Amino acid sequence: MEQVMSTINLSAIYPEIILTCFSLLILLMQSFSTPRFKEYYGYVSLVGVLAALAFVVMEPSSFFAQTVVYSFNDMWVVDNYARFFKLIFLLGTGLTILISMKYLEDEAMQYGEYFALILFATIGMMIMASAGELITLFLGLELMSLSLYVLAGYTRVRMVSNEAALKYFILGSFATGFLLYGIALIYGSTGTTSIRAVAASVGKYGLYSPGLVMGMAMLVVAFGFKAALVPFHMWTPDVYEGAPAPITAFMSAGPKAAAFAAFARVFMEGLPALQMEWTWLIWIMAALTMTIGNVIALVQDNIKRMLAYSSIAHAGYVLVAFLAAGELGISSVLYYLLTYTFMNIGAFAIITALSGRGEPRVFVRDYQGLGFQHPFAAVAMSLFLFSLAGIPPTGGFMGKFYIFSAAVKEGYIGLAVIGVVNSVVSVYYYLRVTVAMYMEEPSSVREAEAAAPIFSPALVIAIFISAYGVLSLGLFPSSYVAIVKQSFLALQ
Amino acid sequence: MVSLNSYLILGAMLFSIGAVGVFTQRNALIIYMCIELMLNAVNLTLVAFSRFLNNLDGHVFVFMIMTVAAAEAAVGLSIIISLFRNKPTVNVDDINLSKG
Repeated sequence: MEQVMSTINLSAIYPEIILTCFSLLILLMQSFSTPRFKEYYGYVSLVGVLAALAFVVMEPSSFFAQTVVYSFNDMWVVDNYARFFKLIFLLGTGLTILISMKYLEDEAMQYGEYFALILFATIGMMIMASAGELITLFLGLELMSLSLYVLAGYTRVRMVSNEAALKYFILGSFATGFLLYGIALIYGSTGTTSIRAVAASVGKYGLYSPGLVMGMAMLVVAFGFKAALVPFHMWTPDVYEGAPAPITAFMSAGPKAAAFAAFARVFMEGLPALQMEWTWLIWIMAALTMTIGNVIALVQDNIKRMLAYSSIAHAGYVLVAFLAAGELGISSVLYYLLTYTFMNIGAFAIITALSGRGEPRVFVRDYQGLGFQHPFAAVAMSLFLFSLAGIPPTGGFMGKFYIFSAAVKEGYIGLAVIGVVNSVVSVYYYLRVTVAMYMEEPSSVREAEAAAPIFSPALVIAIFISAYGVLSLGLFPSSYVAIVKQSFLALQ
Repeated sequence: MVSLNSYLILGAMLFSIGAVGVFTQRNALIIYMCIELMLNAVNLTLVAFSRFLNNLDGHVFVFMIMTVAAAEAAVGLSIIISLFRNKPTVNVDDINLSKG
Protein backbone atom coordinates (compact mmCIF):
# COMPACT_ATOMS: atom_id res chain seq x y z
CA MET A 1 0.00 0.00 0.00
CA GLU A 2 1.35 3.38 -0.97
CA GLN A 3 1.72 5.96 1.77
CA VAL A 4 1.74 9.65 1.03
CA MET A 5 3.52 11.66 3.69
CA SER A 6 3.26 15.37 4.09
CA THR A 7 2.98 17.69 7.01
CA ILE A 8 -0.09 19.64 5.98
CA ASN A 9 -2.39 18.50 3.27
CA LEU A 10 -5.55 20.57 3.28
CA SER A 11 -7.32 18.40 0.75
CA ALA A 12 -7.45 15.69 3.42
CA ILE A 13 -10.03 17.69 5.34
CA TYR A 14 -12.10 19.07 2.45
CA PRO A 15 -15.25 17.13 3.45
CA GLU A 16 -15.10 18.51 6.99
CA ILE A 17 -14.42 22.03 5.72
CA ILE A 18 -17.40 21.84 3.38
CA LEU A 19 -19.75 20.63 6.10
CA THR A 20 -18.53 23.37 8.45
CA CYS A 21 -19.20 26.01 5.79
CA PHE A 22 -22.70 24.69 5.22
CA SER A 23 -23.56 24.59 8.90
CA LEU A 24 -22.35 28.18 9.32
CA LEU A 25 -24.35 29.14 6.24
CA ILE A 26 -27.49 27.70 7.83
CA LEU A 27 -26.82 29.63 11.03
CA LEU A 28 -26.44 32.81 8.97
CA MET A 29 -29.65 32.10 7.07
CA GLN A 30 -31.37 31.70 10.42
CA SER A 31 -30.02 35.03 11.68
CA PHE A 32 -30.48 37.25 8.67
CA SER A 33 -33.30 35.84 6.60
CA THR A 34 -37.03 36.23 6.53
CA PRO A 35 -39.11 33.49 8.18
CA ARG A 36 -40.11 32.34 4.69
CA PHE A 37 -36.62 30.81 4.35
CA LYS A 38 -37.19 28.26 7.04
CA GLU A 39 -38.36 25.59 4.64
CA TYR A 40 -34.97 25.62 2.94
CA TYR A 41 -32.66 24.82 5.87
CA GLY A 42 -33.18 21.11 5.33
CA TYR A 43 -32.44 21.30 1.60
CA VAL A 44 -29.33 23.41 2.12
CA SER A 45 -27.96 20.92 4.64
CA LEU A 46 -28.73 18.07 2.24
CA VAL A 47 -26.69 19.80 -0.45
CA GLY A 48 -23.84 20.10 2.07
CA VAL A 49 -24.05 16.40 2.91
CA LEU A 50 -24.00 15.42 -0.78
CA ALA A 51 -21.02 17.70 -1.50
CA ALA A 52 -19.14 16.26 1.46
CA LEU A 53 -19.99 12.75 0.26
CA ALA A 54 -18.45 13.46 -3.14
CA PHE A 55 -15.29 14.80 -1.53
CA VAL A 56 -15.00 11.85 0.86
CA VAL A 57 -14.88 9.52 -2.13
CA MET A 58 -12.66 11.65 -4.35
CA GLU A 59 -10.26 13.62 -2.13
CA PRO A 60 -7.31 13.61 -1.58
CA SER A 61 -7.19 10.55 -3.80
CA SER A 62 -9.85 8.21 -5.08
CA PHE A 63 -11.36 5.58 -2.80
CA PHE A 64 -10.12 2.84 -5.12
CA ALA A 65 -6.53 4.10 -5.27
CA GLN A 66 -5.94 2.55 -1.84
CA THR A 67 -3.64 5.31 -0.64
CA VAL A 68 -3.26 6.31 2.98
CA VAL A 69 -2.77 10.03 3.44
CA TYR A 70 -1.37 11.46 6.65
CA SER A 71 -1.72 15.14 7.28
CA PHE A 72 -1.08 17.69 10.03
CA ASN A 73 1.94 15.81 11.38
CA ASP A 74 0.12 12.49 11.64
CA MET A 75 -2.79 14.01 13.55
CA TRP A 76 -5.08 13.21 10.66
CA VAL A 77 -5.37 9.99 8.70
CA VAL A 78 -7.41 9.48 5.56
CA ASP A 79 -7.53 5.80 4.70
CA ASN A 80 -10.31 3.66 3.29
CA TYR A 81 -11.29 2.63 6.80
CA ALA A 82 -11.97 6.27 7.71
CA ARG A 83 -13.64 6.87 4.35
CA PHE A 84 -16.02 3.98 4.77
CA PHE A 85 -17.08 5.22 8.18
CA LYS A 86 -17.55 8.73 6.81
CA LEU A 87 -19.84 7.30 4.15
CA ILE A 88 -21.91 5.64 6.89
CA PHE A 89 -22.10 8.90 8.89
CA LEU A 90 -23.09 11.00 5.88
CA LEU A 91 -25.67 8.44 4.84
CA GLY A 92 -27.17 8.47 8.34
CA THR A 93 -27.13 12.26 8.39
CA GLY A 94 -28.76 12.55 4.97
CA LEU A 95 -31.56 10.14 5.90
CA THR A 96 -32.07 11.91 9.23
CA ILE A 97 -32.42 15.28 7.50
CA LEU A 98 -34.99 13.79 5.11
CA ILE A 99 -37.15 12.45 7.95
CA SER A 100 -36.73 15.60 10.07
CA MET A 101 -38.15 18.24 7.75
CA LYS A 102 -41.83 17.40 8.07
CA TYR A 103 -41.45 16.49 11.73
CA LEU A 104 -40.08 19.93 12.59
CA GLU A 105 -42.84 21.63 10.63
CA ASP A 106 -45.46 19.73 12.64
CA GLU A 107 -43.79 20.54 15.93
CA ALA A 108 -43.47 24.21 14.83
CA MET A 109 -39.77 24.07 15.64
CA GLN A 110 -38.22 24.84 12.26
CA TYR A 111 -35.03 26.51 13.36
CA GLY A 112 -31.72 26.49 11.54
CA GLU A 113 -29.87 25.41 14.67
CA TYR A 114 -31.34 21.94 14.37
CA PHE A 115 -29.71 21.26 11.02
CA ALA A 116 -26.53 23.12 11.94
CA LEU A 117 -26.18 20.96 15.05
CA ILE A 118 -26.76 17.77 13.06
CA LEU A 119 -24.02 18.82 10.66
CA PHE A 120 -21.69 19.72 13.55
CA ALA A 121 -22.29 16.31 15.10
CA THR A 122 -21.48 14.71 11.75
CA ILE A 123 -18.24 16.68 11.52
CA GLY A 124 -17.35 15.43 15.01
CA MET A 125 -17.95 11.83 13.97
CA MET A 126 -15.84 12.30 10.84
CA ILE A 127 -13.02 13.70 12.96
CA MET A 128 -13.26 10.64 15.21
CA ALA A 129 -12.98 8.30 12.23
CA SER A 130 -9.92 10.12 10.86
CA ALA A 131 -8.12 10.84 14.12
CA GLY A 132 -4.52 9.71 14.13
CA GLU A 133 -3.93 11.23 17.52
CA LEU A 134 -5.73 10.93 20.83
CA ILE A 135 -6.16 14.72 21.13
CA THR A 136 -7.90 14.88 17.76
CA LEU A 137 -10.05 11.94 18.76
CA PHE A 138 -11.10 13.71 21.95
CA LEU A 139 -12.00 16.91 20.11
CA GLY A 140 -14.07 15.01 17.55
CA LEU A 141 -15.85 13.07 20.25
CA GLU A 142 -16.71 16.23 22.16
CA LEU A 143 -17.93 18.07 19.07
CA MET A 144 -20.24 15.15 18.41
CA SER A 145 -21.38 14.73 22.02
CA LEU A 146 -22.04 18.41 22.74
CA SER A 147 -24.18 18.71 19.60
CA LEU A 148 -26.10 15.58 20.56
CA TYR A 149 -26.80 16.79 24.12
CA VAL A 150 -28.52 19.84 22.66
CA LEU A 151 -30.36 17.85 19.99
CA ALA A 152 -31.69 15.35 22.56
CA GLY A 153 -33.34 18.25 24.38
CA TYR A 154 -34.38 20.04 21.21
CA THR A 155 -38.13 19.90 21.80
CA ARG A 156 -37.63 21.99 24.89
CA VAL A 157 -41.25 22.40 25.91
CA ARG A 158 -41.50 18.66 26.46
CA MET A 159 -40.31 17.61 29.91
CA VAL A 160 -39.32 14.13 28.75
CA SER A 161 -37.01 15.65 26.14
CA ASN A 162 -35.35 17.86 28.77
CA GLU A 163 -34.91 14.88 30.97
CA ALA A 164 -33.26 12.94 28.15
CA ALA A 165 -30.86 15.80 27.52
CA LEU A 166 -29.89 16.11 31.19
CA LYS A 167 -29.30 12.38 31.63
CA TYR A 168 -27.34 12.18 28.40
CA PHE A 169 -25.29 15.21 29.36
CA ILE A 170 -24.37 14.00 32.85
CA LEU A 171 -23.47 10.46 31.86
CA GLY A 172 -21.79 11.61 28.64
CA SER A 173 -19.52 14.08 30.43
CA PHE A 174 -18.81 11.45 33.06
CA ALA A 175 -17.62 9.14 30.27
CA THR A 176 -15.54 11.97 28.84
CA GLY A 177 -13.75 12.22 32.19
CA PHE A 178 -12.82 8.54 31.92
CA LEU A 179 -11.67 8.95 28.32
CA LEU A 180 -9.40 11.82 29.31
CA TYR A 181 -7.96 10.05 32.32
CA GLY A 182 -7.27 7.02 30.15
CA ILE A 183 -5.51 9.17 27.57
CA ALA A 184 -3.51 10.90 30.32
CA LEU A 185 -2.30 7.54 31.68
CA ILE A 186 -1.38 6.30 28.22
CA TYR A 187 0.45 9.55 27.57
CA GLY A 188 2.31 9.18 30.86
CA SER A 189 3.33 5.60 30.05
CA THR A 190 4.42 6.12 26.47
CA GLY A 191 5.27 9.84 26.28
CA THR A 192 3.12 10.44 23.23
CA THR A 193 -0.51 10.88 22.20
CA SER A 194 -0.13 9.85 18.58
CA ILE A 195 -1.84 6.49 18.05
CA ARG A 196 0.90 5.14 15.80
CA ALA A 197 3.64 6.37 18.12
CA VAL A 198 1.89 4.71 21.07
CA ALA A 199 1.91 1.45 19.13
CA ALA A 200 5.58 1.90 18.25
CA SER A 201 6.50 2.71 21.82
CA VAL A 202 4.58 -0.24 23.25
CA GLY A 203 6.03 -2.56 20.62
CA LYS A 204 9.60 -1.32 20.95
CA TYR A 205 10.02 -1.42 24.69
CA GLY A 206 7.54 -4.21 25.30
CA LEU A 207 6.15 -1.71 27.74
CA TYR A 208 3.89 -3.32 30.26
CA SER A 209 3.23 -0.77 32.95
CA PRO A 210 0.21 -0.69 35.27
CA GLY A 211 -0.47 2.82 33.99
CA LEU A 212 -0.87 1.60 30.44
CA VAL A 213 -3.26 -1.19 31.43
CA MET A 214 -5.26 1.21 33.62
CA GLY A 215 -5.41 3.67 30.74
CA MET A 216 -6.67 0.96 28.41
CA ALA A 217 -9.37 -0.04 30.91
CA MET A 218 -10.48 3.60 31.21
CA LEU A 219 -10.74 3.82 27.41
CA VAL A 220 -12.92 0.69 27.40
CA VAL A 221 -15.25 2.39 29.90
CA ALA A 222 -15.40 5.59 27.83
CA PHE A 223 -16.06 3.88 24.51
CA GLY A 224 -18.47 1.54 26.27
CA PHE A 225 -20.54 4.56 27.33
CA LYS A 226 -20.50 6.12 23.89
CA ALA A 227 -21.41 2.88 22.09
CA ALA A 228 -23.96 1.91 24.82
CA LEU A 229 -22.42 -1.40 25.87
CA VAL A 230 -23.56 -3.20 29.03
CA PRO A 231 -22.78 -2.32 31.87
CA PHE A 232 -22.49 1.28 30.58
CA HIS A 233 -25.85 1.38 28.82
CA MET A 234 -28.12 2.89 31.52
CA TRP A 235 -28.60 6.19 29.72
CA THR A 236 -29.62 4.68 26.38
CA PRO A 237 -33.32 3.79 26.90
CA ASP A 238 -34.17 7.05 28.67
CA VAL A 239 -32.38 9.19 26.10
CA TYR A 240 -33.77 7.32 23.10
CA GLU A 241 -37.28 7.54 24.52
CA GLY A 242 -37.15 11.22 25.36
CA ALA A 243 -35.32 12.60 22.34
CA PRO A 244 -37.33 13.63 19.25
CA ALA A 245 -37.86 10.57 17.00
CA PRO A 246 -35.59 11.70 14.11
CA ILE A 247 -32.81 12.46 16.60
CA THR A 248 -33.20 9.01 18.14
CA ALA A 249 -32.73 7.59 14.64
CA PHE A 250 -29.65 9.74 14.19
CA MET A 251 -28.13 8.84 17.57
CA SER A 252 -28.59 5.12 17.14
CA ALA A 253 -26.78 5.04 13.79
CA GLY A 254 -23.98 7.57 13.39
CA PRO A 255 -22.57 8.22 16.88
CA LYS A 256 -22.62 4.54 17.69
CA ALA A 257 -20.68 3.77 14.53
CA ALA A 258 -18.29 6.63 15.35
CA ALA A 259 -17.61 5.17 18.79
CA PHE A 260 -16.81 1.82 17.19
CA ALA A 261 -14.61 3.51 14.57
CA ALA A 262 -12.49 5.18 17.24
CA PHE A 263 -12.58 2.11 19.48
CA ALA A 264 -11.24 -0.12 16.71
CA ARG A 265 -8.60 2.36 15.61
CA VAL A 266 -7.21 2.91 19.09
CA PHE A 267 -7.23 -0.76 20.05
CA MET A 268 -6.24 -2.38 16.75
CA GLU A 269 -3.73 0.22 15.67
CA GLY A 270 -2.52 1.66 18.97
CA LEU A 271 -2.71 -1.12 21.54
CA PRO A 272 -2.50 -4.43 19.66
CA ALA A 273 0.27 -5.47 22.06
CA LEU A 274 -2.26 -5.49 24.89
CA GLN A 275 -4.69 -7.75 23.08
CA MET A 276 -4.38 -10.45 25.73
CA GLU A 277 -5.54 -7.95 28.32
CA TRP A 278 -8.67 -6.74 26.60
CA THR A 279 -9.88 -9.92 24.92
CA TRP A 280 -11.54 -11.41 28.01
CA LEU A 281 -12.91 -8.00 29.03
CA ILE A 282 -14.62 -7.54 25.67
CA TRP A 283 -15.78 -11.18 25.62
CA ILE A 284 -17.77 -10.61 28.81
CA MET A 285 -19.08 -7.23 27.65
CA ALA A 286 -20.23 -8.68 24.32
CA ALA A 287 -22.10 -11.57 25.97
CA LEU A 288 -23.75 -9.26 28.53
CA THR A 289 -24.63 -6.60 25.96
CA MET A 290 -26.39 -9.02 23.64
CA THR A 291 -28.27 -10.83 26.39
CA ILE A 292 -29.38 -7.92 28.56
CA GLY A 293 -30.38 -5.79 25.56
CA ASN A 294 -32.58 -8.51 24.10
CA VAL A 295 -34.12 -9.73 27.34
CA ILE A 296 -35.20 -6.27 28.53
CA ALA A 297 -36.51 -5.41 25.05
CA LEU A 298 -38.98 -8.29 25.37
CA VAL A 299 -41.12 -6.45 27.92
CA GLN A 300 -41.15 -2.94 26.41
CA ASP A 301 -44.41 -1.40 25.22
CA ASN A 302 -42.97 1.87 24.03
CA ILE A 303 -41.57 1.18 20.60
CA LYS A 304 -38.81 3.80 20.87
CA ARG A 305 -37.70 2.25 24.13
CA MET A 306 -37.88 -1.21 22.59
CA LEU A 307 -35.63 -0.12 19.73
CA ALA A 308 -33.26 1.44 22.28
CA TYR A 309 -32.76 -1.92 23.95
CA SER A 310 -32.56 -3.52 20.54
CA SER A 311 -29.79 -1.09 19.61
CA ILE A 312 -27.91 -2.14 22.75
CA ALA A 313 -28.23 -5.76 21.62
CA HIS A 314 -27.00 -4.87 18.14
CA ALA A 315 -23.96 -3.15 19.63
CA GLY A 316 -23.30 -6.50 21.30
CA TYR A 317 -23.30 -8.28 17.93
CA VAL A 318 -20.88 -5.71 16.55
CA LEU A 319 -18.67 -6.26 19.59
CA VAL A 320 -18.50 -9.98 18.77
CA ALA A 321 -17.13 -9.14 15.33
CA PHE A 322 -14.80 -6.58 16.89
CA LEU A 323 -13.41 -9.29 19.17
CA ALA A 324 -12.92 -11.67 16.25
CA ALA A 325 -10.70 -8.93 14.75
CA GLY A 326 -8.75 -9.94 11.68
CA GLU A 327 -9.93 -9.27 8.17
CA LEU A 328 -13.26 -11.04 8.44
CA GLY A 329 -14.03 -9.56 11.87
CA ILE A 330 -13.43 -5.90 11.07
CA SER A 331 -15.04 -6.27 7.63
CA SER A 332 -18.17 -7.61 9.26
CA VAL A 333 -18.15 -4.71 11.76
CA LEU A 334 -18.21 -2.32 8.79
CA TYR A 335 -20.83 -4.35 6.91
CA TYR A 336 -23.08 -4.60 9.94
CA LEU A 337 -22.86 -0.92 10.84
CA LEU A 338 -23.82 0.01 7.26
CA THR A 339 -26.79 -2.36 7.35
CA TYR A 340 -27.80 -1.15 10.78
CA THR A 341 -27.84 2.45 9.57
CA PHE A 342 -30.29 1.59 6.81
CA MET A 343 -32.62 -0.63 8.82
CA ASN A 344 -32.75 1.39 11.99
CA ILE A 345 -33.25 4.78 10.34
CA GLY A 346 -35.86 3.14 8.12
CA ALA A 347 -37.78 1.87 11.14
CA PHE A 348 -37.53 5.27 12.82
CA ALA A 349 -38.79 6.96 9.66
CA ILE A 350 -42.04 5.03 10.02
CA ILE A 351 -42.17 5.78 13.76
CA THR A 352 -41.68 9.49 12.98
CA ALA A 353 -44.51 9.43 10.48
CA LEU A 354 -46.91 7.72 12.85
CA SER A 355 -46.00 9.39 16.12
CA GLY A 356 -48.09 12.52 15.60
CA ARG A 357 -47.55 15.97 17.04
CA GLY A 358 -45.96 15.73 20.48
CA GLU A 359 -45.32 12.02 19.88
CA PRO A 360 -48.31 10.48 21.69
CA ARG A 361 -48.48 7.41 19.42
CA VAL A 362 -45.29 5.50 20.08
CA PHE A 363 -46.69 2.34 21.68
CA VAL A 364 -47.00 -1.10 20.13
CA ARG A 365 -50.81 -0.92 20.46
CA ASP A 366 -50.81 2.13 18.18
CA TYR A 367 -49.64 -0.14 15.37
CA GLN A 368 -52.71 -2.37 15.55
CA GLY A 369 -54.38 -2.71 12.18
CA LEU A 370 -51.79 -0.59 10.39
CA GLY A 371 -51.45 -3.30 7.73
CA PHE A 372 -54.99 -2.57 6.51
CA GLN A 373 -55.06 1.20 6.88
CA HIS A 374 -51.60 1.95 5.51
CA PRO A 375 -50.31 -1.10 3.64
CA PHE A 376 -47.25 0.69 2.29
CA ALA A 377 -46.02 1.79 5.71
CA ALA A 378 -46.74 -1.60 7.23
CA VAL A 379 -44.81 -3.48 4.53
CA ALA A 380 -41.83 -1.16 4.91
CA MET A 381 -41.92 -1.43 8.71
CA SER A 382 -42.08 -5.22 8.49
CA LEU A 383 -39.09 -5.24 6.15
CA PHE A 384 -37.01 -3.18 8.58
CA LEU A 385 -38.09 -5.26 11.57
CA PHE A 386 -37.30 -8.53 9.73
CA SER A 387 -33.90 -7.12 8.92
CA LEU A 388 -33.31 -6.12 12.56
CA ALA A 389 -34.33 -9.64 13.59
CA GLY A 390 -31.95 -11.11 11.04
CA ILE A 391 -34.41 -12.92 8.76
CA PRO A 392 -33.39 -13.51 5.10
CA PRO A 393 -33.38 -12.05 2.46
CA THR A 394 -32.48 -8.83 4.27
CA GLY A 395 -29.16 -7.14 5.02
CA GLY A 396 -29.54 -7.88 8.72
CA PHE A 397 -29.34 -11.59 7.99
CA MET A 398 -26.18 -11.30 5.90
CA GLY A 399 -24.58 -9.02 8.49
CA LYS A 400 -25.24 -11.47 11.32
CA PHE A 401 -24.08 -14.32 9.11
CA TYR A 402 -20.71 -12.63 8.53
CA ILE A 403 -20.33 -11.73 12.21
CA PHE A 404 -20.97 -15.20 13.51
CA SER A 405 -18.85 -16.88 10.86
CA ALA A 406 -15.99 -14.52 11.78
CA ALA A 407 -16.46 -15.43 15.45
CA VAL A 408 -16.45 -19.17 14.73
CA LYS A 409 -13.41 -18.84 12.49
CA GLU A 410 -11.44 -17.12 15.24
CA GLY A 411 -12.47 -19.72 17.80
CA TYR A 412 -15.09 -17.74 19.74
CA ILE A 413 -17.65 -20.52 19.40
CA GLY A 414 -19.25 -19.92 22.80
CA LEU A 415 -19.85 -16.28 21.94
CA ALA A 416 -21.28 -17.21 18.54
CA VAL A 417 -23.74 -19.59 20.21
CA ILE A 418 -24.83 -16.88 22.68
CA GLY A 419 -25.28 -14.52 19.73
CA VAL A 420 -27.41 -16.92 17.71
CA VAL A 421 -29.61 -17.75 20.72
CA ASN A 422 -30.03 -14.03 21.31
CA SER A 423 -31.07 -13.29 17.78
CA VAL A 424 -33.70 -16.02 18.07
CA VAL A 425 -34.99 -14.37 21.26
CA SER A 426 -35.08 -11.01 19.50
CA VAL A 427 -37.45 -12.33 16.82
CA TYR A 428 -40.21 -12.34 19.45
CA TYR A 429 -40.31 -8.63 20.12
CA TYR A 430 -39.75 -7.58 16.53
CA LEU A 431 -42.55 -9.84 15.32
CA ARG A 432 -44.85 -8.57 18.06
CA VAL A 433 -45.08 -5.29 16.15
CA THR A 434 -45.70 -7.09 12.86
CA VAL A 435 -48.40 -9.21 14.47
CA ALA A 436 -50.04 -6.07 15.83
CA MET A 437 -49.98 -4.52 12.37
CA TYR A 438 -51.52 -7.46 10.50
CA MET A 439 -53.45 -9.62 12.95
CA GLU A 440 -55.01 -7.31 15.49
CA GLU A 441 -57.97 -4.97 15.16
CA PRO A 442 -57.40 -1.37 16.15
CA SER A 443 -59.43 -0.47 19.22
CA SER A 444 -62.16 1.92 18.12
CA VAL A 445 -61.39 4.58 20.71
CA ARG A 446 -57.79 4.94 19.72
CA GLU A 447 -58.65 4.91 16.05
CA ALA A 448 -61.03 7.81 16.50
CA GLU A 449 -58.54 9.97 18.33
CA ALA A 450 -55.60 9.07 16.11
CA ALA A 451 -54.50 11.59 13.59
CA ALA A 452 -53.66 10.27 10.14
CA PRO A 453 -49.96 9.51 9.72
CA ILE A 454 -48.07 12.04 7.68
CA PHE A 455 -46.02 10.85 4.77
CA SER A 456 -44.22 13.79 3.25
CA PRO A 457 -42.32 13.22 -0.03
CA ALA A 458 -38.97 13.56 1.75
CA LEU A 459 -39.95 10.93 4.30
CA VAL A 460 -41.10 8.54 1.57
CA ILE A 461 -37.78 9.01 -0.24
CA ALA A 462 -35.92 8.19 2.99
CA ILE A 463 -38.00 5.03 3.45
CA PHE A 464 -37.33 3.96 -0.14
CA ILE A 465 -33.57 4.54 0.18
CA SER A 466 -33.48 2.56 3.44
CA ALA A 467 -35.57 -0.27 1.99
CA TYR A 468 -33.37 -0.40 -1.09
CA GLY A 469 -30.26 -0.51 1.12
CA VAL A 470 -31.62 -3.26 3.34
CA LEU A 471 -32.68 -5.41 0.37
CA SER A 472 -29.58 -4.90 -1.76
CA LEU A 473 -27.29 -5.61 1.21
CA GLY A 474 -29.24 -8.83 1.72
CA LEU A 475 -29.58 -9.95 -1.91
CA PHE A 476 -26.34 -8.76 -3.51
CA PRO A 477 -23.80 -8.68 -0.69
CA SER A 478 -20.73 -9.45 -2.81
CA SER A 479 -20.14 -5.94 -4.16
CA TYR A 480 -20.49 -4.46 -0.67
CA VAL A 481 -18.16 -7.10 0.74
CA ALA A 482 -15.52 -6.13 -1.82
CA ILE A 483 -15.68 -2.47 -0.71
CA VAL A 484 -15.66 -3.45 2.95
CA LYS A 485 -12.57 -5.62 2.48
CA GLN A 486 -10.71 -2.74 0.83
CA SER A 487 -11.63 -0.56 3.79
CA PHE A 488 -10.28 -3.10 6.21
CA LEU A 489 -6.93 -3.34 4.42
CA ALA A 490 -6.33 0.30 5.21
CA LEU A 491 -6.27 -0.38 8.94
CA GLN A 492 -3.32 -2.77 8.63
CA MET B 1 11.18 19.03 44.52
CA VAL B 2 7.80 17.35 44.70
CA SER B 3 7.92 13.94 43.07
CA LEU B 4 5.80 12.84 40.13
CA ASN B 5 4.04 10.28 42.29
CA SER B 6 2.64 12.93 44.62
CA TYR B 7 1.00 14.71 41.71
CA LEU B 8 -0.37 11.47 40.30
CA ILE B 9 -1.80 10.40 43.65
CA LEU B 10 -3.42 13.79 44.16
CA GLY B 11 -4.84 13.56 40.63
CA ALA B 12 -6.19 10.06 41.24
CA MET B 13 -7.76 11.16 44.54
CA LEU B 14 -9.47 14.17 42.98
CA PHE B 15 -10.71 12.02 40.12
CA SER B 16 -12.13 9.45 42.54
CA ILE B 17 -13.84 12.12 44.64
CA GLY B 18 -15.45 13.47 41.49
CA ALA B 19 -16.50 10.05 40.23
CA VAL B 20 -18.02 9.05 43.57
CA GLY B 21 -19.76 12.42 43.81
CA VAL B 22 -21.52 11.91 40.47
CA PHE B 23 -23.25 8.86 41.93
CA THR B 24 -23.92 10.06 45.48
CA GLN B 25 -25.03 13.66 44.93
CA ARG B 26 -28.66 14.45 44.09
CA ASN B 27 -28.34 18.04 42.94
CA ALA B 28 -27.75 18.36 39.19
CA LEU B 29 -25.48 21.38 39.67
CA ILE B 30 -23.31 19.62 42.23
CA ILE B 31 -23.11 16.58 39.97
CA TYR B 32 -21.87 18.89 37.26
CA MET B 33 -19.26 20.33 39.64
CA CYS B 34 -18.09 16.78 40.38
CA ILE B 35 -17.62 16.18 36.66
CA GLU B 36 -15.57 19.38 36.43
CA LEU B 37 -13.47 18.10 39.33
CA MET B 38 -12.77 14.92 37.34
CA LEU B 39 -11.67 16.97 34.33
CA ASN B 40 -9.38 19.09 36.46
CA ALA B 41 -7.85 15.98 38.04
CA VAL B 42 -7.02 14.90 34.50
CA ASN B 43 -5.50 18.30 33.78
CA LEU B 44 -3.28 18.01 36.84
CA THR B 45 -2.16 14.53 35.81
CA LEU B 46 -1.41 15.66 32.28
CA VAL B 47 0.59 18.69 33.38
CA ALA B 48 2.59 16.58 35.83
CA PHE B 49 3.39 13.99 33.17
CA SER B 50 4.23 16.72 30.70
CA ARG B 51 6.64 18.37 33.13
CA PHE B 52 8.38 15.13 34.05
CA LEU B 53 8.58 13.78 30.49
CA ASN B 54 9.89 17.15 29.22
CA ASN B 55 7.31 16.97 26.47
CA LEU B 56 4.87 19.75 25.57
CA ASP B 57 2.02 17.57 24.24
CA GLY B 58 0.45 17.36 27.68
CA HIS B 59 0.36 21.14 28.09
CA VAL B 60 -1.34 21.54 24.72
CA PHE B 61 -3.86 18.89 25.64
CA VAL B 62 -4.72 20.72 28.87
CA PHE B 63 -5.63 23.84 26.90
CA MET B 64 -7.90 21.77 24.68
CA ILE B 65 -9.58 20.21 27.72
CA MET B 66 -10.17 23.61 29.33
CA THR B 67 -11.73 24.95 26.15
CA VAL B 68 -14.00 21.96 25.76
CA ALA B 69 -14.96 22.10 29.46
CA ALA B 70 -16.05 25.70 28.97
CA ALA B 71 -18.23 24.72 26.02
CA GLU B 72 -19.60 21.84 28.04
CA ALA B 73 -20.49 24.18 30.89
CA ALA B 74 -22.46 26.39 28.50
CA VAL B 75 -24.41 23.44 27.12
CA GLY B 76 -24.93 21.77 30.48
CA LEU B 77 -26.17 24.84 32.31
CA SER B 78 -28.57 25.72 29.51
CA ILE B 79 -29.97 22.19 29.59
CA ILE B 80 -30.52 22.56 33.36
CA ILE B 81 -32.20 25.94 32.84
CA SER B 82 -34.54 24.66 30.14
CA LEU B 83 -35.50 21.80 32.42
CA PHE B 84 -36.04 24.19 35.33
CA ARG B 85 -38.53 26.15 33.22
CA ASN B 86 -40.72 23.07 32.87
CA LYS B 87 -40.33 21.82 36.41
CA PRO B 88 -38.69 23.97 39.07
CA THR B 89 -36.28 21.44 40.51
CA VAL B 90 -32.62 20.54 40.19
CA ASN B 91 -32.93 17.33 42.19
CA VAL B 92 -32.27 14.37 39.91
CA ASP B 93 -34.61 12.15 41.94
CA ASP B 94 -37.54 14.30 40.81
CA ILE B 95 -36.57 13.92 37.17
CA ASN B 96 -37.95 10.46 36.53
CA LEU B 97 -40.49 10.41 33.69
CA SER B 98 -38.84 7.57 31.79
CA LYS B 99 -38.85 4.29 33.64
CA GLY B 100 -38.78 0.66 32.71
